[in-house]
Amino acid sequence: MENFEPTLLGLIVLLPLVGFLINGAVALFTPGNKGVSTWVGPGVVGLAFLIAVVNFIGMFGAELTAPIVRSYWSWMPVGDLQVDAALQLDQLSILMTLIVTGVGFLIHVFSVGYMKGDPGYARYFAFLNLFVFFMLTLVLGANFPVLFVGWEGVGLCSYLLIGFWFRDREKADAGKKAFIVNRIGDFGLLIAMFMIFAHVGTLDFVGVFAAAPETFVYGGAVVTAIALFLFLGAVGKSAQIPLYVWLPDAMAGPTPVSALIHAATMVTAGVYLIARSSVLFALSPTAMMTVAIVGAVTALFAATIGLVQTDIKKVLAYSTVSQLGFMVVGVGVGAYAAGIFHLMTHAFFKALLFMGAGAVIHAMHHAFHETHQDWDAQDMRNMGGLKRFMPKTWIFMWIGTLAIAGVWPLAGFFSKDEIIWMAAAHAQGPFEVVFTLVWVILFIAAMLTAFYMTRLMILTFHGENRSGPGGRHIHEAPAVMWVPLAILAVLSIVGGWINIPRPISATPILGWIPPWHTEWLHYWLAPVTATADNVFRTRVGELLEVGPFGGGEAFWAAVAFMIAMVIIALTTVWLGKQERKPAVETPPYRGFAKVLYDKWYVDEIYDAVIVRPVVNGSRALWRYVDDGIVDRAANGVGSLARGLGWLGSRLQTGNLNVYALAIVAGALLILLTVVGL
Amino acid sequence: MLTESLVLSGVLFSIGVAGVMIRRNAIILFMCIELMLNAVNLAFIALAQQIGIEGHVFVFFVMTVAAAEAAVGLAIIISIFRLFETVDIRNFNLLRW
Repeated sequence: MENFEPTLLGLIVLLPLVGFLINGAVALFTPGNKGVSTWVGPGVVGLAFLIAVVNFIGMFGAELTAPIVRSYWSWMPVGDLQVDAALQLDQLSILMTLIVTGVGFLIHVFSVGYMKGDPGYARYFAFLNLFVFFMLTLVLGANFPVLFVGWEGVGLCSYLLIGFWFRDREKADAGKKAFIVNRIGDFGLLIAMFMIFAHVGTLDFVGVFAAAPETFVYGGAVVTAIALFLFLGAVGKSAQIPLYVWLPDAMAGPTPVSALIHAATMVTAGVYLIARSSVLFALSPTAMMTVAIVGAVTALFAATIGLVQTDIKKVLAYSTVSQLGFMVVGVGVGAYAAGIFHLMTHAFFKALLFMGAGAVIHAMHHAFHETHQDWDAQDMRNMGGLKRFMPKTWIFMWIGTLAIAGVWPLAGFFSKDEIIWMAAAHAQGPFEVVFTLVWVILFIAAMLTAFYMTRLMILTFHGENRSGPGGRHIHEAPAVMWVPLAILAVLSIVGGWINIPRPISATPILGWIPPWHTEWLHYWLAPVTATADNVFRTRVGELLEVGPFGGGEAFWAAVAFMIAMVIIALTTVWLGKQERKPAVETPPYRGFAKVLYDKWYVDEIYDAVIVRPVVNGSRALWRYVDDGIVDRAANGVGSLARGLGWLGSRLQTGNLNVYALAIVAGALLILLTVVGL
Repeated sequence: MLTESLVLSGVLFSIGVAGVMIRRNAIILFMCIELMLNAVNLAFIALAQQIGIEGHVFVFFVMTVAAAEAAVGLAIIISIFRLFETVDIRNFNLLRW
C-alpha cells in the first residue's frame, strides 16, 4: 500500500463556486452575453471532474482503509461541539464526486444546446454551477453539519431551477412545493443530528461511526430514533412515500435540470445519506425494515402511476421515484454497495432518458412554434413516429430504456437485480417475512418498469406521427446535445460491468463479460460499509445463497431478464397495433386508468387533509386571533396613550397666567401637605 | 421688628404672585417676578438677624441671579416685541399643541 495524498481536493468543490460567481456576475450585469457562460458553465464542472479522476486514480492504487479528512478551518467551536469545515475523501465520496461532476458535466454541455435561445442563459448556468458546488459539499463533507449545508444548498438550487421560468405561476408554485415538502425531511435530519451529538458527542463522520457500535444498544430505542429521523431526511430528499409528491411537479424546470437534479444527483442524496450512515441503520432492525418497506412500496406505487401518464417527463419522473425506491430498498436491506451501484447506473441511464426527452421536447416545441400550434410539446399523444426525424435520439433512448428495464447486458440489469437479490439474501432472522415481501414487490415493480418505459418509446418514436402540421418541422438535436447522449448511452451499456455479481459471472451466458470486474464496486466500497456489514453478520447471519422459493441469484436474474424481454416484446406488439390520435382528440381515461392517471389522488388527499386545514386554520388564526386579539390589543394600547395625551395637552393652554396659577396652586398644595393640614 | 418684616415680605410676595397670575404685559410680569425675589430677600435679611450670616450671603446670590435673569429676560422681551410689536403674553402661544 502506497501513501496517497489527495490532489487539490478543495478545488473540486471550489471550482463550481467560482463558476457560479462568474456566471452570476454575467447574469447581473450583461445578461445577453452568452459566450462567457457557454465556456465557464460546463468548464468548471469539467475541470472538477478531471481533478476527481486524478484523485480516483490515486486512490485506486493506494487501497485506502481509512477516509482522508482535510480540515480547512474551525467552523463552530462551541464548548463540546467542535465542527470543522472539513472535507472527507473516501471510496464512497469519490464515487459520488465522479458521478456528480461527470454526469453533471455532460448535462452542462447538453444545456448549452437546450437553453440556447433562453434569455436567462447566464442565470441558468449560475444556478447550475451553484448546485454542483452544494452537491459536492454534500458528498464530500466530513461531518453532518457540512453535509447539511450542502443538503440545504441543493434544496435551494432545486427550488431556484424548478421555478426558473418563474413568470409562469404554475412553475413558481412547483418550486415552492419542492422547497416546502423538503423542509419536512430537513427537520428530520436536524433532529437526528441533535440526537447524535447528544449521545455520541461529536458530529464528525469518522468519530460517530467508530463510536456507534459501542455507544448504542443493538436495536435500542435511541439508535432506532436516530436512524428513523435520518431516514425522514432521506425520504424528503429522495422523494419516497409520503413525501414524493414534489418530484413529479419538479418537472416544471428546464429538462436538463430534471436530468441533473431530479434524476441523477440531488434526489440520490438520501440514498447517499443512508449509505454514509450505514452503521446507524445496521444497528436498528426496525429502521432497516422501515426503510426497505417504504422503498419497496414507493417503487411499486410510483411505477403504477407511471403506467398511464401522457406527459413524457411525468413518466420519467415517476420512473425516477420508482427507481429511487429500488435504491432505498438496497441501502435499507443492508446492501449498501448495491444501492450505490444502482444510484450510479441510474444516474447514467436516467440522465440519458431525461436528456433524450429534452431533445424530443426541444424539437416538438420548435416544430409547434414554427406552425403556431397551441399543442403540448411534452404530451406523448402529440408525438409518434419520431424515429424518422430523430434517429440518433431514438437509438440512445432505446438503450436507456433497455438499461432501465433490466435487459442483459446493460447497466440496469446488473444493478437492479443486485438490489432485488439482496432483499432476498438478507431475508433471514427478524427480517425474513418483511424482506421476502419486499423482494416480491420489487419483482412486480421491475416488470412495470419494463412496460411503462416501452410504452414511452412506442408512443414517442413509433407508429404514425400525430403532430399535425408541425410534424414537418421536427429535426434531430444538434451535436452539442446528442454527443452527451451518446456518451451516456455508452455508460448505460458498460456501466453495469464494474460490479457483476459472482454467481452471475459464473453463469454461462449471463456471465459472458470479461470477469475482472466481478463485484468490483462491492470490494471498492467495502472499507466504507465494513462496520455495518459486520454488525449484520454477527447479529443476523451470513447472506443467503438460495432465494425464498429456491434458486440462487443467477436463476432469479435470468428469470427477471426473461420477464422483462417478454414484457417489452408484448408491449411493443400490443401498443404498436393500437390506433392513436393527438391529445385534443383523445377521450379522457375512464375507470381504474383514470385513478392511476390522476396519481391515486394523492395530491388531492394531501390538499384536503393537510394543506387546506393548515391554510384555513392559519386564516382563522389570522382573522380572529391576530386581527381580533393581538392587533386589537396593540391598537388599543396606542389609542389609550393617544387619548391620555390629548387630555394632558388640554393643560397646555399657551397662557402664561394659567401656568403661573398652576405653579402657585401646586406650591400651595405642597405647602399644605408639608404643614399637614 | 421680625414679625413686621416677615409680614411685609409676605405681602410683597403675594402682590408679586397675584401680578404674575393676573397681568398680561410681559414687562409687568417681569417686574412682579423681581418683586417676589426681593420679598424673599427681605425675609432672608430679617431672619439673618436671628440665625446668622448665611442669610446675607444668600441675598447676594439671589441678587446676582436676578441681575442675570433681568439681562436675559429683557433681551427676550425685546426680541419678542420686535416680532409681534406687542408684549401682551396672550400672543405668545406658538408652541402650543
